[in-house]
Amino acid sequence: MPVDVRLPTVLRQYAGGQSTVKANGATVREVLDDLVLQFPQLNGQVVTEEGTLHKFVNVYVDDDDIRYLDKLETKLSGAETVSILPAVAGG
Amino acid sequence: MLRLNATAHAQMVGHCYDGLPLEACGLLAGPPDSDHALVCYPAANTAASSRVYTLDPLDHLRADRDAEARGLQIMGVFHSHTHTDPYPSPTDVAQAPDPAWHYVIVSFRDQVPMTRSYRIVGGNISEEPVVVVGR
Repeated sequence: MPVDVRLPTVLRQYAGGQSTVKANGATVREVLDDLVLQFPQLNGQVVTEEGTLHKFVNVYVDDDDIRYLDKLETKLSGAETVSILPAVAGG
Repeated sequence: MLRLNATAHAQMVGHCYDGLPLEACGLLAGPPDSDHALVCYPAANTAASSRVYTLDPLDHLRADRDAEARGLQIMGVFHSHTHTDPYPSPTDVAQAPDPAWHYVIVSFRDQVPMTRSYRIVGGNISEEPVVVVGR
């Protein structure tokens, strides 16, 4: 069952301008992989070449940061919304 | 140019005052593809530092959802400089997440806070006028 994936403004240009898209997968990793299959320009923007979550990207499953769940291996039931947000920091 | 609703401006500066002596931060939202910030979303600085900020990602998520529900989108970030110039630091430039955003700094270098806004694109900084509207 596909989940909704909310995209930050900076990535929407790679998904035809859409703010929310659907992607399939039983885990966050699979959903992100499916996202890249649908929108190849998203490759490397969220998951690094080494297969880890990009340091400056936050991914939420509903209200939970995946870094405090099972990271990219976080399982999904299909009813969740996955939200991708850039890290915002500075000084 | 960044146009900023008077209420949003007041909330932004107020939040920065409230954060002293640490840096404060938050997000600004407006209509898509607009330069008009209508809503200020104060956020927590999880770095809890007087020199750096990390915007609480959960606050970001909630702001993003609320903005979308209002037909708006996040268009910028503000943070305070507790004692330095209202100019982006190398850290600000290096970690600027979105070239389409407005980067607002509220500086407490002087007695009266200064508000400045910048565009940061490909490491290049350009200042833009800030116009507070709706007073």
